[in-house]
Amino acid sequence: MTLLILVLAGGIALFVFKSEPRLNKNFENQSSFFRKFPFRLGLDLSGGTHLVYKADVSAVQEGEIGNSMDALRDVIERRVNLFGVSEPVVQVQRGGFVSGEEEKLIVDLPGVTDIKQAIEMIGQTPLLEFKVETPEDVSRTVKVDKDGKIDLGSLNLSQQFTDTELTGRYLERATLEFDQNTREPIVSLQFNDVGTKLFAKITKNNIGKMVAIYLDGAPISTPVVREEIPNGQAVISGSFTPTEAKQLVGRLNSGALPVPISILSTTTIGAILGDNAVNAGVKAAVMGFLLVVLFLILWYRLPGLVAAISLCIFISIILTLFKLLPVTLTAAGIAGFIISIGIAVDANVLIFERMKEELRSGHTITDAVKLGFSHAWFSIRDSNISYLITAVILFWFGTSLIKGFALTLGMGVIVSMFSAIMVTRIFLSTLGFIEEGKVVRFLFNSGITRTQKP
Amino acid sequence: MSDFYSILVLPEPKSHNLIHMFIIKYKKIFIGISATLVVLSLLSLFIFGLNVGIDFKGGALTEVVYNEERPTQDALNESLKILNFGSILLQPTGDLGYIVKTRDLNDSEHTLLLKTLSQNKSDALAETSFNSIGPSVGRELTRKAIIAVVLVSLAIICFIAFAFRKVSISHIPGRKSVPSWKYGIIAIVTLLHDVILPVGLFVVLSHFYGAEMDTLFVVAILTILGLSVSDTIVIFDRIRENLKNEEKAARTSFSEIVGKSLEQSYVRSLCTSLTLILVLLSLFFFGPVTTRYFALMLTAGMFFGTYSSIFLASPLLVLVEEWQKTKNHK
Repeated sequence: MTLLILVLAGGIALFVFKSEPRLNKNFENQSSFFRKFPFRLGLDLSGGTHLVYKADVSAVQEGEIGNSMDALRDVIERRVNLFGVSEPVVQVQRGGFVSGEEEKLIVDLPGVTDIKQAIEMIGQTPLLEFKVETPEDVSRTVKVDKDGKIDLGSLNLSQQFTDTELTGRYLERATLEFDQNTREPIVSLQFNDVGTKLFAKITKNNIGKMVAIYLDGAPISTPVVREEIPNGQAVISGSFTPTEAKQLVGRLNSGALPVPISILSTTTIGAILGDNAVNAGVKAAVMGFLLVVLFLILWYRLPGLVAAISLCIFISIILTLFKLLPVTLTAAGIAGFIISIGIAVDANVLIFERMKEELRSGHTITDAVKLGFSHAWFSIRDSNISYLITAVILFWFGTSLIKGFALTLGMGVIVSMFSAIMVTRIFLSTLGFIEEGKVVRFLFNSGITRTQKP
Repeated sequence: MSDFYSILVLPEPKSHNLIHMFIIKYKKIFIGISATLVVLSLLSLFIFGLNVGIDFKGGALTEVVYNEERPTQDALNESLKILNFGSILLQPTGDLGYIVKTRDLNDSEHTLLLKTLSQNKSDALAETSFNSIGPSVGRELTRKAIIAVVLVSLAIICFIAFAFRKVSISHIPGRKSVPSWKYGIIAIVTLLHDVILPVGLFVVLSHFYGAEMDTLFVVAILTILGLSVSDTIVIFDRIRENLKNEEKAARTSFSEIVGKSLEQSYVRSLCTSLTLILVLLSLFFFGPVTTRYFALMLTAGMFFGTYSSIFLASPLLVLVEEWQKTKNHK
């Protein structure tokens, strides 16, 4: 039994090691199974941007809010994916008693530290407009500056073109193509039925004139109409780079936002800061672990060594769970994990103290082990319940930061019950077969208490 | 279990006896120390006030590191004034960095701030972190924090009531035992003590070192609630067990039973706290900057939690029992 547990634990530890690029120098050569499970680091550790948007749902009917929030999430998700962010998280946080009346959208962008770019990418509704030339008789303002420069008003294009009804709303889809002659990227548009009719009307009325295509309020292309286009197909050929054209296509296809959003809060963590936090967290965990192991072995001797081994098993199990579930690790999450190391030891300390008492009162080692476990169980259960109460409530109400802490702490408490009680017990009862003698008794005793005769 | 204990003869080393009886004998002094510390903590809380961070009140925190040389604080303050962002707090950090605290900033204001900080030179600095929280998010978090604290407290009080529901069963007719609810009240008093002291410590720290009350502060308080109650429960558990077994003999006084229970459990309490304090200290010294004050708060909570379960909860219990006795005699 003991052997079986040791072998299993060894396997788990190997898994943790093999699937972690930071530890395993040979990581690139591992099979895909191991490469699938690195630790998932939160924004505060990996660096990135965390954005909270408020969705203005005042124009949406009560029952439809849920749907439109989901639609909003889908649109934003499409835009974010377009940007090539690895593992973005886009979540809807519904309003309610606890989280306030506002409907919120939370966007996590790991690795993105340029907030300006991120906000632009997410927030901008691609506004596609078609405008026609303003009839000649409308006068243009021409300004003459003090120093004699003449402003022809040509910059003021809004005066040169007037709005039409046709906008990106009537777009069915946009595709990226390449001009066969110039090899330049062009964006090809297909309008829906209404759009096709509108476009046909515009082209018919403006043969020989310019039609301006505006994107986000700026003209990107001003082709001259040669003939009426009845099939609802148009082409935008600006001087795009292929990437720009691709982005434009993506943005046009992802469509307008179903509800307007405004930004509530932003957080950006630089990659260096995140790296430092990871290193510090790992260092703290290792130091904490070593100190506890040292204390256990010095104070509790043989049982202490057993406890240290079961602590190793506890850590391997927890880390494996972090990888498999997966749990997104944050600085607070690591803190929760480090505290749970202490709690895991707590259970063993309770058991060992009871065991010592039983030894002192003249029981054999085997009996003392048995009694120690059964008596300590109630205290362990009670004190762990109070941790669990805290962890569960924190998880329920917390922001992502607190959730990370509550989750790792709660998992730690539950796994520690298993590792500290089951594993230590099985190990100790295996050791219990050792013949009793002064040395063994010494090993089972602890600290400053003297060995007493049974 | 009771059978087992009735045949138990505990050979106690004399020195231990002295320690725990000492605690019981001078209980009023220890209770006095705790009371003084609590009063001091509360006083510092009212005098200094809590330094509420942007998590709760909204605002923006920008951290930058200059590549070569950082401009003087005065020079930056001067150019920041023009931005009209209201009060701006500039704190040097590290050798080349500044932390800038402002009201919450939108995107263009943020760009403007960075431009001003870099004094219009490109590549003069790198932004290590930026955090802007709107006032409504802050309000929401405040509400969440309050709900969480209230719920955890309620849940723990219920748990205490449940855990101590059987303590008061007396085994000797004619002898009145301390009712369960009094155990519960004492556990809650201890709980308050354990929370108030680290808060007091934090207030002093925040006054002198500028620590801010953030989300982690609330998490720390809630975790201390859990830590504290588990320690107290273990000792009260022992008292309950010993009462069951010892009162049959009817010879031992209540304070002796409490003293004995203390003696049996204080090594455990110290060892547990020591392991937790060891990991917390390593988190404090080696861990990420973000969790530094968090670790310190928890260390303080753990320390006071252990202190109070030995030096406050049990003496209080004896005191309550004595009051009860004198009342009955009158």
